[in-house]
Amino acid sequence: MISSKPAHLQGVYDVVVAGGGPAGLGAALAAREAGAERVLVVDREKEAGGILLQCIHAGFGLHHFKEELTGPEYAGRVLREALEHGVDVLSDAYALDVLPDKRIKLMSAEHGVTLIEARAAVLSMGARERTRAAIRIPGARPAGVLTAGFAQRLVNLQGCLPGRRVAILGSGDIGLIMARRLTLEGVEVVGVFELMPYANGLNRNIVQCLRDFDIPLHLSTTVVQVHGRERVEKVTVAPVDDHLKPVLSKAWDVPCDTLLVSIGLIPENELSRQMNLRLDPVTNGPVVNSAMETSRDGVFACGNVVHIHDLVDFVSAEAGLAGRWAGLAAQGRRPPEDNVRLSAGENVGYCVPHSLSTEREHTVYLRVRKPMEQSVIRLSSSDGRFTVDKKVRYVFPAEMINLKVGPRMLQNFHGDALRIDVLPR
Amino acid sequence: MTPSISTANYLCIGCPLGCRLEVDTAEEDRIVEIRGFSCKRGKEYAAQEHIDPRRNVALTVGLRGGALPRLPVKTSAAVPKARVLALCAALRDLVIDAPVRVGQVVAVNPLGLGADIVATREMGVG
Repeated sequence: MISSKPAHLQGVYDVVVAGGGPAGLGAALAAREAGAERVLVVDREKEAGGILLQCIHAGFGLHHFKEELTGPEYAGRVLREALEHGVDVLSDAYALDVLPDKRIKLMSAEHGVTLIEARAAVLSMGARERTRAAIRIPGARPAGVLTAGFAQRLVNLQGCLPGRRVAILGSGDIGLIMARRLTLEGVEVVGVFELMPYANGLNRNIVQCLRDFDIPLHLSTTVVQVHGRERVEKVTVAPVDDHLKPVLSKAWDVPCDTLLVSIGLIPENELSRQMNLRLDPVTNGPVVNSAMETSRDGVFACGNVVHIHDLVDFVSAEAGLAGRWAGLAAQGRRPPEDNVRLSAGENVGYCVPHSLSTEREHTVYLRVRKPMEQSVIRLSSSDGRFTVDKKVRYVFPAEMINLKVGPRMLQNFHGDALRIDVLPR
Repeated sequence: MTPSISTANYLCIGCPLGCRLEVDTAEEDRIVEIRGFSCKRGKEYAAQEHIDPRRNVALTVGLRGGALPRLPVKTSAAVPKARVLALCAALRDLVIDAPVRVGQVVAVNPLGLGADIVATREMGVG
């Protein structure tokens, strides 16, 4: 572990960052680089770095570090960078509240409950997994039903296997990665069951995590019953119809001792809610402008707390933006105003940020609702007098799209609202 | 006589783009054309995957005297896909002593597959 305890907590911090994953550490570094003198990252684990520390597989960093790294390598690098730039990292601590005057209420074993002064704050609390309760799988409640990410933590950090014969519900990337990980440990993975007619994880993970090991992927199929008194003994699975309703007459039993659920992530926004920030009902994260500033002046947000990313590299990019503006805000420099509201249209689940400026270059992140071949991303004004199209090869809900939007693209646009659609070509 | 061309399909695992690759081969599996890649790595992957599929492997080994009981490690080079499970089985009982630094070799060329096993996380004495 990389030692990171600050000597003392006192005085005024320019920027306090809640959450020390790649988003928080990246924001802290960017705040320092933007001239903020005192920057503190508060993290609840023993060592900052976030969930990447349990993601021991490779596939991170191709954009941000221009080389392929494993999760612990990526986390180690961002933590080292932050520490070398003089960021204070307080681990084993919680940010309990950000008060209207930006004082931060902290709790830690070492310092108890403390209020510290801050000039700007960054929210980077990440996300947590949806559990069995979120989709109400019927049946008994034996031991052996757990989220894929929790199983990942058990296996990779604690060296415990969750079971010997595992079924996986949901084809999110974490579930796919765990299918391979458990197979490498000699565990039998009997199949991955996905409600939707398409996989929810990246295609590369379908290939290298399932097909490489002949693990079956059952699309349009879900778990309809969990059996077992003390421990999972089997699950009943059934295909679903066009309305995603299980066809019980075609159900079959799958003997297993463990059911992993990989059914999505929820941005962890208790703190944002307590602060009464504006939240986007689709992303469940804070509404942010193009400087990643939330509805409260001087409070910025980045990473999975804003919207779920599939690549940490884009988290780092977003963190750079949030941290830079937080660092500047702490020195009294407000981010420039946005002049265009952005909204999600046809086949677009959401887009982030929620506003932008016709004067600057932006990256807009969006996710489609359903897969589509040969499509076009269209930016248009509400009166239809302005449209600009960008062709894309194929789009999947599992793959976040990043769209560069800048003054050149918008030079004939004079309105104050733009809509993004993803349409067939 | 024109040689008959057959096409094999692969999905690139080089990056999240997931390019759909096509490898055309003529007699004796000789590659004549590769399509569908968007970078040099993709083209190389397609040829490699067709001739001799290889994978990088990430796993954990035991750690003694550290803050955690497991140390994350990876192969220093890709190993034949068909030997991945054997490699993991061979490393199952390996235990390393803390402290460990990133990049430290914890096993030299196990099973003679041409790859070392290197640590991916710094672990002090815990």
